[in-house]
Amino acid sequence: MSEQRSTAEADRLPVLKTHKVYVGGKFPRSESGRFDRAFAPDGTPIANICRCSRKDVRDAVTAARAAQAGWAARTAYNRGQILYRIAEMLEGRSAQFEALLAAGGATSREAAAEVQAAVDRLLHYAGWTDKFQQVFSSVNPVATSHFNFSILEPMGVVGVLAPESPLLGLVSSIAPAIAGGNTTVVLVTGGQPLPATTFGEVLNSSDVPGGVVNILTGRRDEMLAPLAGHRDVDALLLCSPDPDVARSAEIEAVHNLKRVAVRPHEDWTDVQSPYEITDLQEVKTTWHPIGS
Amino acid sequence: MTDSTPATGHGAPKLRLGLRNDNDDGWGYAPAPESTDHVELRDRYGLFIDGEFTDAKGGRTFETANPATEEKIADVALASDADVDAAVAAARRAYDEVWSQLAPRERGKYVYRIARVLQERGRELAITESLDGGKPIRESRDVDIPLAAAHFFYYAGWADKLDYAFPGRGARSLGVAGQVIPWNFPLLMAAWKIAPAIAAGNTVVLKPAETTPLTALKLAEIIQDAGVPPGVVNIVTGAGETGAAVVQHEDVDKVAFTGSTEVGKLIRRALAGSGKHYTLELGGKAANLVFEDAAVDQAVEGIVNGIFFNQGHVCCAGSRLLVQESVADEVISKLKDRMETLIVGDPLDKNTDIGAINSRAQLDRIEEYLKIGEEEGAEPFQTSCPVPDRGYWCRPTLFLHAAQSHRVVQEEIFGPVLAVQTFRTVDEGIAMANNTPYGLSGGVWSDKGAKAFRVTSRIRAGVLWANTYNKFDPTAPFGGYKESGIGREGGLAGLHAYLQPEEAA
Repeated sequence: MSEQRSTAEADRLPVLKTHKVYVGGKFPRSESGRFDRAFAPDGTPIANICRCSRKDVRDAVTAARAAQAGWAARTAYNRGQILYRIAEMLEGRSAQFEALLAAGGATSREAAAEVQAAVDRLLHYAGWTDKFQQVFSSVNPVATSHFNFSILEPMGVVGVLAPESPLLGLVSSIAPAIAGGNTTVVLVTGGQPLPATTFGEVLNSSDVPGGVVNILTGRRDEMLAPLAGHRDVDALLLCSPDPDVARSAEIEAVHNLKRVAVRPHEDWTDVQSPYEITDLQEVKTTWHPIGS
Repeated sequence: MTDSTPATGHGAPKLRLGLRNDNDDGWGYAPAPESTDHVELRDRYGLFIDGEFTDAKGGRTFETANPATEEKIADVALASDADVDAAVAAARRAYDEVWSQLAPRERGKYVYRIARVLQERGRELAITESLDGGKPIRESRDVDIPLAAAHFFYYAGWADKLDYAFPGRGARSLGVAGQVIPWNFPLLMAAWKIAPAIAAGNTVVLKPAETTPLTALKLAEIIQDAGVPPGVVNIVTGAGETGAAVVQHEDVDKVAFTGSTEVGKLIRRALAGSGKHYTLELGGKAANLVFEDAAVDQAVEGIVNGIFFNQGHVCCAGSRLLVQESVADEVISKLKDRMETLIVGDPLDKNTDIGAINSRAQLDRIEEYLKIGEEEGAEPFQTSCPVPDRGYWCRPTLFLHAAQSHRVVQEEIFGPVLAVQTFRTVDEGIAMANNTPYGLSGGVWSDKGAKAFRVTSRIRAGVLWANTYNKFDPTAPFGGYKESGIGREGGLAGLHAYLQPEEAA
C-alpha cells in the first residue's frame, strides 16, 4: 500500500514503503502498535501511518532534549551548512515529493511549486543561522562601567504542531526553530502525513544529528495535550487556524510557562522572516565590569 | 533560631570597631536621618483616572503604613471593577483620540518631561519610597529614583524612532496596556512599565502594589503636571482583586505583570487563547557562583549586594550561594565578618544597609522559611546587630550546608536569607545553578575571563552578572527564562514588548 501504487503496472510487484515515524535519528513504529490510514482525496486508502501515543511523545521529547545542547553548541556556520544540506537532499528528491503532494490532491504544477518553495525556504533559513544574531543582538550602552551585551539563545526543546500545509508549512515551521539551535518534536496530525514521514528520511540523510527533529504522526487529540503539558518542553509553535486548539494547548503550557507562538496561517507562501527564528529565542543579558 | 545565634563553626562574630552600629562600644555610627521636612504627604489619595484624582466609586479605601514604624501614612482609594472599567475606558479613549494620533516626536517630549520632573523631585520621591516601603534611603536615593527617571529618559527617545525597532518591518503600538507591579521597587517598576508603553504609543492602566502605592500616585501628579493628555496614564490602587480586574479586562490589549510565579501562571491561564500580548516578570532563585579563582573580597561584596540589597526583596536576588569547595571556608568566614558590619534599622538613616521588611505578611513568610530551613537541617547563621523594637525587621541570615532538596534552596523567600551550598567542578556548579524551575538571573565570580563567560553562557537565565551583581540599566534587557517569566523589559527588547511588527506586505 503506497503512493507508488499508481505506477505499479506491468509485471513487477512493487516494494511498498512502510511509513514510520522519525525519533532520535531512527525510524521506529509507534510504541502503541496502532495505525491510522492516509487517504487520497477520493477516499482511497494509500498508506498506513503510525498512530502515536503520549508515550511516543515522551520518547520524542527525551530524544529532543538529549540532542539540544549539542545542536545549540554547533557553530552557526555548521548549522547553516546542515540546513543547506537538507535543501540539497530535498531538491534531489523533488520528484518523490511532487508525487506525494499529487497523491494528496495537488496538481502537478502546484506540487512542483510547493517543493521548490520548500527547498528555497530551507535555503533562506540556512543563510540566517549566522546572521540573525548579528541583526538582533545588542551591546547596551549602560550608564555604569560595564561591558553589557544581550544575545539570543535558543529556547530549547520546541513542540511543533505542524500545519495542514503538508510540505511547505512543515518546512516553514521546522526550519526557523532548528536554525536557531532548538530541537523539535513535530506532531503531524493533518490529512496529508506522507510528505512529513518522507521528510524524516531527508533529514536523516542531511547530517542533521538524531533528535534535532522528531516527527510523530497520529491524532491531535491524543498527542497535543501531553506535548503541551510536558515539563521538559520549553516552547510551543502551534500552527493551527483553530483558536480552540491554541487555547487548550496554551492552558496545558501554563504548567511550566512554555513560550507559545501561534501561527494560524493556512497559506504558508509568505511565512518567512527572521522573526520566525527570534520568536523561538530567549534574550540573555550579560554584565561584566570594565576596570583594572 | 534565636536572635543571638553566634556564628557557628567560626566562633563568635568578630567585632569590627567603628563599623558596627552597636552604640554600646562607643564606636558606632551616630544616627544620620534624612530630613522629611519638605515631603508633602496627603492623608488621603484617590485614583488617577482620565487625568483627574478621584475617589473610588463607593468610597472604599485601604491604609498604607510605614513598615519601619507600623504607623499609618495615608488612606488610599480601593478601586473596584467599576473603577477599573472607567480607567480602561479612559485609556481607550485617549489611545484612539489623542495618543495614537499625536506626532511621535511630541509624544516623546511628554515622556522626556516626566523624566525631568522625576529628577527634580528625586529627593521627595526617595524619601516617600523609603517611608512607604521600608527600603534604605541610600538605595531609594541612589538606585530606585535615578533609574526610574533614566527609564523615562531612555524610552522617550524611542518615540520617534519606532521604524528602527524591527529591522525590515514597520512597528505598530498595541493599544491599552494593563499593568500590575510589585512592592519591592514601587516607582522603578512603574517606570519600567509606563515608560516603554507610552513612548511606543500605547496608553496604560497601572495598578501599584497594595503596600506601596504612594510613589506611583506622586508619579501621577507629575504626569498631570507634565501636561500628559488625560487618560494616557491611569493609576488604580487596590489589592489583588483590583489587579485581577486590570489584567483580565476585556478591552486591554496587552498585559504586563511583575510579581509571583504563582499569580503569573493564573494570569497566563486567563490569557490563553485571547491572542493578547503579555509580558511576565516573575520569581527567581538565582545562583551566585564563586569559583576558586575569584577575587574573594570582591566576591564577598557581590554576595552581600546580591542577597541583602533591598532586604532581599528582589526577584533576581542571588539567593543561592554556590561556592567552590576549595575556597568555601575562606569565603564563608569573610562573608560572616562582612555581614556583621551590616546595619539593620531606620530606612531613613543614611547609614542603614538593610531597611524594614515591607510588610507584616512578608515578615511572617520569611520567618516561616527560617523555621523550615532549620527543621530541614541547614545550619543557620544570623548576625547579632540590634534591631528597632517596632516595625518589621529581619537580620541578615545564612543557611549553611543547605541541600538541593531543601525548600530554602528550592523556593523563593524574598528576604535577606541566603542558602549556601558547595561544589567541586565547574560542571557541577553549572548543573546546580540550573537545578531550579526559575531562570531569571545568575552570578559568576572568577578572575578567569574564559571560565566566567563559559559559565554565563551555560546558565539558563535571562540576566547574568559576571564579577558584579544586581546592576540595572534602562538600556539593558531584563527578564527570565523558564518559570521566571516571559518577555523582557529594558532596552530594545523591552520596547518590543509594547509593539508589534507590521505584517510583511
